[in-house]
Amino acid sequence: MASTETTVKADTNDLAGLEAGLDALDAVQVRRTPVREVLLKKVLPPLLAVALVLVVWQLLVTAKVTDEFKLPPPAAVWDSLSTMWLEGTLFDVLWTSVSRALLGFLMALAIGTPLGLLVARVKFVRAALGPILSGLQSLPSVAWVAPAVLWIGLNDSMMYAVILLGAVPSIANGLVAGVDQVPPLFLRAGRTLGASGLKGAWHIVMPAALPGYLAGLKQGWAFSWRSLMAAEIIASSPELGLGLGQLLENGRNNIDMPGIFLAIILILIVGIAIDLLIFSPLERAVLRGRGLLVKS
Amino acid sequence: MATTLAKAEDRIAVTHAARIEHVSKSFGGPAGRQLVLDDISLDVAPGEFVTLLGASGCGKSTLLNLVAGLDRPSAGSIETPGGRPALMFQEHALFPWLTAGKNIELALRLRGVPKAERRPEAERLLELVRLGGSYRKRVHELSGGMRQRVALARALAQDSDLLLMDEPFAALDAITRDVLHDELTRIWRETRLSVLFVTHNVREAVRLAERVVLLSSRPGRIAREWTIDIPQPRRIEDAAVAELSVEITEELRGEIRRHGQH
Repeated sequence: MASTETTVKADTNDLAGLEAGLDALDAVQVRRTPVREVLLKKVLPPLLAVALVLVVWQLLVTAKVTDEFKLPPPAAVWDSLSTMWLEGTLFDVLWTSVSRALLGFLMALAIGTPLGLLVARVKFVRAALGPILSGLQSLPSVAWVAPAVLWIGLNDSMMYAVILLGAVPSIANGLVAGVDQVPPLFLRAGRTLGASGLKGAWHIVMPAALPGYLAGLKQGWAFSWRSLMAAEIIASSPELGLGLGQLLENGRNNIDMPGIFLAIILILIVGIAIDLLIFSPLERAVLRGRGLLVKS
Repeated sequence: MATTLAKAEDRIAVTHAARIEHVSKSFGGPAGRQLVLDDISLDVAPGEFVTLLGASGCGKSTLLNLVAGLDRPSAGSIETPGGRPALMFQEHALFPWLTAGKNIELALRLRGVPKAERRPEAERLLELVRLGGSYRKRVHELSGGMRQRVALARALAQDSDLLLMDEPFAALDAITRDVLHDELTRIWRETRLSVLFVTHNVREAVRLAERVVLLSSRPGRIAREWTIDIPQPRRIEDAAVAELSVEITEELRGEIRRHGQH
């Protein structure tokens, strides 16, 4: 008996050491990219591309390819920008549009999320609403401006209605896709741990569907912004306040090409900035946490 | 040795951790109903380690799902007096959005363990599977063997008397698998859990179990049983393990051959 005791002891000590060795050999090394490499590989290329566009633009103007009224030089657009800055209207215009878009997006989030969950989890609702939601995604949101103006009138609510009709289907569809892609193994594992029904939805389905949901949010934001711009361009009225869309429309009415260029560039920059500042970091954080971000 | 056994019997008053009585299971398919399990009766005693052995199509995973309560038998009954059994899969099935520690804490939370006790309990279980420093590790940062050990710790967090294991080591390399066999034997002896372990690997079955149950295929029936009294801890290369493995393999091959004869 005594001898078996000692062999057992020796064995377990040995086992712990063996296991520590295996763990050390097998452990996955997760490398974080150094800042310099990020700057060189991720930040520099788009900056170069922008610089290239500016150079080509200036060259086209210098070569007088077309009337200066049709293609204003970059400097003229810059002048328009600094005029707006000096008048103090730049941030007002930006804020009018961005606040509308973000508020509209948040409302779309609040409606699209439960709607997506219902469509994903309730068979009857999916059969009834699934095709309609997919169809709505391909309907350009400009189409909604006309009825929205007639139903609601020329006010902020009309803008929100157009944003919602554009963004809700994207968000709901993203969530449905995310839920559909949850591996069945997670659901089985969850059920053996006692997570079924609402607990299962909260602890397993929602977190597992998060990457798909985030992709839907990203697209939902893009649709919100586009829908809002369409609404602002078509429906202008003094009570609505000056947003980026109206800025563009005013440029057309005043035949102010630099103003039009500026408005387009600002619309583009806001769209990119929100994506870059909010959605991309969120998506990357989620994917990296799950080891899903493939480094190439 | 004798004292630990007496203690285990104290703790568990019932005579079985799982009782499977005349269980049959059939699935509807394009070619009509197919009988997968036919009249299976099997008891797992408290603290007993039983392996279910069989070739493909013997329905061993189906039987495990039935015992786990993930599916219902077509006929017969299954009792697990200790409540919902814990289940470990061939894939680790850890949730990638949680750290190793939080995976275990989720099991504790779903079991109703108060918040303040979850962290220390998760740390203790990680310690038990010798992953003390891995609380904050993400699933993708762990090796295959470490993932299965976290999965084992999460299964233990359910505090069930019965642990069901569905080929949990099949996807691991041979060296890691050997180590995890030793580890599982150690933990089984420390916790005196009842284990029902499914595998198609004869040596693994003999290495681990007190009793090996051989299932025939299509439909799955209990073909034969062996009680194994080779003392633990065994090694997979022990002569006694090898000898019995040869005998069981012969029997298993006989079962498989019957399917080629018509």
